[in-house]
Amino acid sequence: MSEKKQIRIATRNSGFIDPENIDSYIAAGGYLALAKCIEEMTPTQVIDEMKASGLRGRGGAGFPTGVKWGFAAGYKSDTKYVVCNADEGDPGAFMDRAILEGDPHSVLEAMAIGAYAIGGNKGTIYIRAEYPLAIKRLKIAIEQAEEKGVLGKGIFGSDFNFDLDIKYGAGAFVCGEETALINSMEGMRGEPYTKPPFPAESGYWSKPTIVNNVETLAAIPAIIVKGANWFNKIGSETTKGTKVFALAGKINNVGLIEVPMGITLREVIMDVGGGVAKGKEFKAVQTGGPSGGALTYKDLDVKIDYESLAACQSIMGSGGMIVMDEDDCMVAVSKFFLDFTMDETCGKCTPCRIGSKRIYETLDKITMGQGTMDDIENLKLLAVAIKDTALCGLGQTMPNPVLSTMRVFEDEYKAHVIDKKCPAGVCSSLLEFVVVDEKCVGCTLCAKICPVDCISGKVKEVHVIDQAACIKCGACLDKCKFDAIIKR
Amino acid sequence: MARRAADDMFVGFFVNPAQIRYLAIKKERIINMQTSTCQKSGGCKIPDRATLPKELYQKLAAFVDTLPQKEGHLVTVLHKAQSLFGYLPREVLEFVAQQMGDPLAKVYGVVSFYTFFTQIPKGKYPISICMGTACFVVGAEKVVDSFQKQLGGIEVSEVTPDGKFSIDCLRCVGACALAPVVMIGEKVYAKVTPDMVKGIIADFS
Amino acid sequence: MAKLNSITDLKKLREELQSAAETQTGKPLVNVSLATCSVASGGRDIMEAMKAEVASLGLDVNFMQSGCMTFCYAEPTVEITLPGKEPVVFGYLDTDKAKLLVQKYIKDGELLDGVIPVGYERVVL
Repeated sequence: MSEKKQIRIATRNSGFIDPENIDSYIAAGGYLALAKCIEEMTPTQVIDEMKASGLRGRGGAGFPTGVKWGFAAGYKSDTKYVVCNADEGDPGAFMDRAILEGDPHSVLEAMAIGAYAIGGNKGTIYIRAEYPLAIKRLKIAIEQAEEKGVLGKGIFGSDFNFDLDIKYGAGAFVCGEETALINSMEGMRGEPYTKPPFPAESGYWSKPTIVNNVETLAAIPAIIVKGANWFNKIGSETTKGTKVFALAGKINNVGLIEVPMGITLREVIMDVGGGVAKGKEFKAVQTGGPSGGALTYKDLDVKIDYESLAACQSIMGSGGMIVMDEDDCMVAVSKFFLDFTMDETCGKCTPCRIGSKRIYETLDKITMGQGTMDDIENLKLLAVAIKDTALCGLGQTMPNPVLSTMRVFEDEYKAHVIDKKCPAGVCSSLLEFVVVDEKCVGCTLCAKICPVDCISGKVKEVHVIDQAACIKCGACLDKCKFDAIIKR
Repeated sequence: MARRAADDMFVGFFVNPAQIRYLAIKKERIINMQTSTCQKSGGCKIPDRATLPKELYQKLAAFVDTLPQKEGHLVTVLHKAQSLFGYLPREVLEFVAQQMGDPLAKVYGVVSFYTFFTQIPKGKYPISICMGTACFVVGAEKVVDSFQKQLGGIEVSEVTPDGKFSIDCLRCVGACALAPVVMIGEKVYAKVTPDMVKGIIADFS
Repeated sequence: MAKLNSITDLKKLREELQSAAETQTGKPLVNVSLATCSVASGGRDIMEAMKAEVASLGLDVNFMQSGCMTFCYAEPTVEITLPGKEPVVFGYLDTDKAKLLVQKYIKDGELLDGVIPVGYERVVL
């Protein structure tokens, strides 16, 4: 790992402080930002500071946080809500969980700052029920913060009140979309609704509501204490600050990283991530999970920010980064993501509900070796149509995995369709398992493990696989100690 | 909910959708404010054909009573119900509907929407296999196949006939460094290969 | 616990906490990462094993728990700060290795393998 490529702002305390002890957070400069806001700044000044910092929503869409707060502040209402979106549904992303488990108070503090800025007094954390440890630590944090008087009535001796509660998600990916999240918090099916009105005008219980992601919130106390100008100097032209990524998949250093925006993909994968695992060839990295796209070996020098990633048909997303190597089939990966969205579409709008199914079926056909060139053309048409017509972010981004992989790996799609081969050796219907005569010693292990008894041969003689009967499970390949079985 | 969704989409073209949404919510609040049978009679009506333990129903009713208000807490109550009963069969849904003053259809709509809620009981040892992307690219599918084979070919989200094991696929447990991950109850198995499956099941036999 | 009524209260508390921590710098500090993935990899067992070893050797060591240290590939991980030295993060632990850490590094300051290089700058408020 090279010298200090990472800057830890949102994750500044995770791993350094005891998350179950508020004193540990205060010793690390906790609640200074909130005190500074209440005692030294007006709500308008807080919003201006956020605008000046250039912080953009880390949930994926990248909307400027200060602007969002400004909208909510502009509406008159007896009650306004601050909602923390901790419904981290992107498979392969776990930065929100890590922050909540490692530094829950930073999120509470930022929510209180948000409430002060917009003139609200109620907050709700919407968190996945699948994160029991994070929930436990949040509850402890809320309790301790109330005892210390940094949450609740008359915070820091002022007349500012802020109460917090927790609501649980129940396993629906679409609830990461803010309007769906609001429906879910109201105890209903988590289906999105059309915007406008935006939640800043009419959200939770039809009151002005700001919905911010965990990582966005965790960065806010640092911005307030160190100032917008400090934050502004980190990052790229269009995107300020840092981003936390969860590096996973075929990479040596699986884990969380926090890097300044504008860093190149090459630096992230090769330097910070320690390169592709087992010395294999880098093929692609999926950012933004099922809503994102694949950045490939051609994009290694792309600078990471919202705009550059969008130009590559991908998105920043919430920060999942799954690295894939030469052994991964891009058609199968697209199919995996479409299987996910097909399962997670809420079913409210037709392009998403039916479109995801049709894309999945077409990809399935291709991986089975039954695809035609028409299928490839249809995929493109369908993908563009869905992008244009779906109701919410989930549907509009759902074709991204297909579009982005086709952009660079169209050859791989064509190999499945025309040559009926899977170049990466993943799609089992297109594979053949064969015995290499020179290597086979006749140990009979493969014949014993074969679930359909399609391998024949006598002890100490070369074995043969009956291709017609083979179900391509690959058990023999895994079992053979002499590398005498290959797939092709 | 379906009604409200339709309202939003259809009327949205003509009137300010914020207003429509507000009215829809207001309507729902009025429905929610109706007192339940439970409150009127002073005792809590447990379905006559209830087969599940009565004290669990009483606990659930007591939990509903602690809520500051009923509106907006259907998902919260269902979480509680599932933690008490282990699953949400029709008799429990009927009870929840009656307690919350909601139509059964609404309760069913919510339960069937979220994957966390299950209407069939889980096995004594629920097997959860992570199918997040990180687990997928390192072979979680083969692990699922192997579990199915070892457990007599039951499907995902089914239970073995003896009620001992059930298989579920999870979205992501966020332990991507340990991929593929399998959880059985509280116990976590890391870097699972199809070969390990037999041994894992043996741990619980 | 007294309520904080102003930024002055908060700053005073912070100073008190920091000077209280100062008095402890003469003792080794073991910080065990205990987030979901660390716990799943056996982080709690590591903490118990180290505590037991410290007790059996009669050493005076402070323990604390924390959240994710971000080195998921090397879990379980612990960060050990010896008096007057920079913190060192050790990864890839098991209970035997954890005991060895107490015997060698904490007791004698002898480095073991499994040190995780720290490639970040932490923003401190």
